[in-house]
Amino acid sequence: MNTTQRLRVLIAKPGLDGHDRGAKYIARAFQEAGMEVIYTGIRQTPEAIVNAAIQEDVDAIGLSILSGAHRELFPEIMQRLRDAGGGDILVFAGGVIPEEDMAYCRELGIAAVFGPGTPATEAIRFVREHTVKP
Amino acid sequence: MTSGRKRTRATSEPHAPSTAATPDETARQRTRWEHDTVAPAVARQPERTGLTTGSRAPIDRLYTGADGAGRDEMRDLGFPGEPPFTRGIYPTMYRGRLWTMRQYAGFGTAAESNRRYRYLLEQGQTGLSVAFDLCTQIGYDSDHRLARGEVGKVGVAIDTLDDMETLFDAIPLDRVSTSMTINATAGILLAMYLVVARRRGIGWKSLRGTVQNDILKEYVARGTYIYPPAPSMRLITDMFAFCAAEVPGWNPISISGYHIREAGSTAAQEIAFTLGDGIAYVDAARTAGLDVDDFAGQLSFFFNAHNDLLEEVAKFRAARRLWARIMQQRFAAKRPESWALRFHAQTSGWSLTAQQPENNVVRVAVQALAAVLGGAQSLHTNARDEALGLPTEDAARIALRTQQVLAYESGITNTIDPLGGAYAIEALTDRLQAEAEALIARVDTLGGMVKAIEAGFVQKEIQEAAYALQREIDAGERVVVGVNRFRTDEAARIPVLRVDPDLERAQVERLQAYRAGRDAGLVAAARAALATAAAGSANLMPCIIDCVEAGTTLGEISDTLRAVFGEHREQVVV
Repeated sequence: MNTTQRLRVLIAKPGLDGHDRGAKYIARAFQEAGMEVIYTGIRQTPEAIVNAAIQEDVDAIGLSILSGAHRELFPEIMQRLRDAGGGDILVFAGGVIPEEDMAYCRELGIAAVFGPGTPATEAIRFVREHTVKP
Repeated sequence: MTSGRKRTRATSEPHAPSTAATPDETARQRTRWEHDTVAPAVARQPERTGLTTGSRAPIDRLYTGADGAGRDEMRDLGFPGEPPFTRGIYPTMYRGRLWTMRQYAGFGTAAESNRRYRYLLEQGQTGLSVAFDLCTQIGYDSDHRLARGEVGKVGVAIDTLDDMETLFDAIPLDRVSTSMTINATAGILLAMYLVVARRRGIGWKSLRGTVQNDILKEYVARGTYIYPPAPSMRLITDMFAFCAAEVPGWNPISISGYHIREAGSTAAQEIAFTLGDGIAYVDAARTAGLDVDDFAGQLSFFFNAHNDLLEEVAKFRAARRLWARIMQQRFAAKRPESWALRFHAQTSGWSLTAQQPENNVVRVAVQALAAVLGGAQSLHTNARDEALGLPTEDAARIALRTQQVLAYESGITNTIDPLGGAYAIEALTDRLQAEAEALIARVDTLGGMVKAIEAGFVQKEIQEAAYALQREIDAGERVVVGVNRFRTDEAARIPVLRVDPDLERAQVERLQAYRAGRDAGLVAAARAALATAAAGSANLMPCIIDCVEAGTTLGEISDTLRAVFGEHREQVVV
């Protein structure tokens, strides 16, 4: 793969929970699949996540949250992202997100929610299929 | 199921039964057995290959007396209630008293959590275990900017002394033991508990319980740190000294491997990093001038009960034996009680699946069995729905009933350490102890756990193990029932507990009314005294208690200390 065309992905942890096992696994699996990965670390505000995404000029953002605060934090992230001109960035999510919240996430513009037990390969394939590099 | 398999017949003359098999003789016979009996069987029907434990460690086809050739039963196993405590820390273990069934619970408001605690006590639970929300754990009041969306979510929101009074309303503090999963703000929550007790006329000497208060594992695995390591260690040793003098029935720390394992470590790493953290706390307390025998009896531990039954049982036994050696040899503790490793166990949340969640009841039962066979002093069993959200009341009840079935029906509590002496268990116990010792030696060369954490060594070790295991699962090489094998197409349809979204607003209103109703001068004076003490070297607990008495909120006390101590920044290690 041509390095100038490598997909750039931000893996971010909004909210206050410290469960970063999944986020770190995804970050490394994406890296090994040939993508450029920026991992934010835990306890990131919506503002910090959006700033990082814009500055790093990423193609996709993966949000990992297990605290249950997604209904409050996801809308703010999506709004700030649009306001910052990042409305075309693919956003996907993972963590402990109840089935009944999946539709809500999609309404916000989150392209996919990967629940517990999803293999990394599925997320990698999804991101590849839904991002277009010029 | 019927089996058409014939008993394999040895091709050479089987050895006549010996009345006194020495390890050497057993080893010789083992070689013969592999050659005569196993090899032809495997030639006909191959074994599964590449078998490893839940920690990806190799495991033998069979263990025999030959594997224990270097083991001395009196030195390495001993008797229950005597060093090195391999077989249990009490002389009668569960024949005398069952473990404490302690279900971790808490969500929403103090009033809602109080109702759940009273329900669990009515159902036969014997100790309380309080889950706090993340804001409470990280020292933010519920109206803080970063608290949005988090209030009451993963535990109960406690901002004020009033919240704490409500949380323990009508619960007899002198008759229950209370465990609080609280770390960076442990001093504040303990202070609130003590003030509630005092206002009810209950003497501190009659209180029993635990605060987790293990900050080192927060830096590597759990994430609810506030201050940098040095002032955090000082807060902890202040609590050691304070509890030893004022609240002798209280465990001022629960040194936790649970979260290290949840983050993906192996069983051996879980032992090594937990006992390594324990070494760091004992070192810090001794540097602060405490005598090891004055506080060692109040140290308690917290381990994970994971999937691999045999390896987990061995893990608990190895941890006990190794800690006894550390206390005796490294720290020269004199009282045998100082050498005894007491521990709480919780079944593995990570191992639970969102798919076919009913299967989790079985996983939890097997894991709980490991904890009991491993000699736990208290146990939390997870609810089947925890991969989906907080447990419903039904799910929480089944989890508790699982412990009760083990305690009252299974028979495993009738004799002490029933797996002791089993070849495989003893071999695994030896192996885990040796691996943990080697890893602790490595940490020693890095300058101890605080330095090893600052260097990112511990985080890297855990992540490597987690990554390797997850790769196996993703590749289908390690079976997770209902996830990568034996799947069904149905989506999980079990009820999930939802925290009322209006709760945050109501909590913020209560907090603001509380602030408006107190004497601002008293609060300011108490905060100033705390800041002065924090900048010096006095024990901070009395000042924190004064702050609570004056009506200072959890967030305000934390902010006062932040201003003096600064804040820790995560070192991102991927």
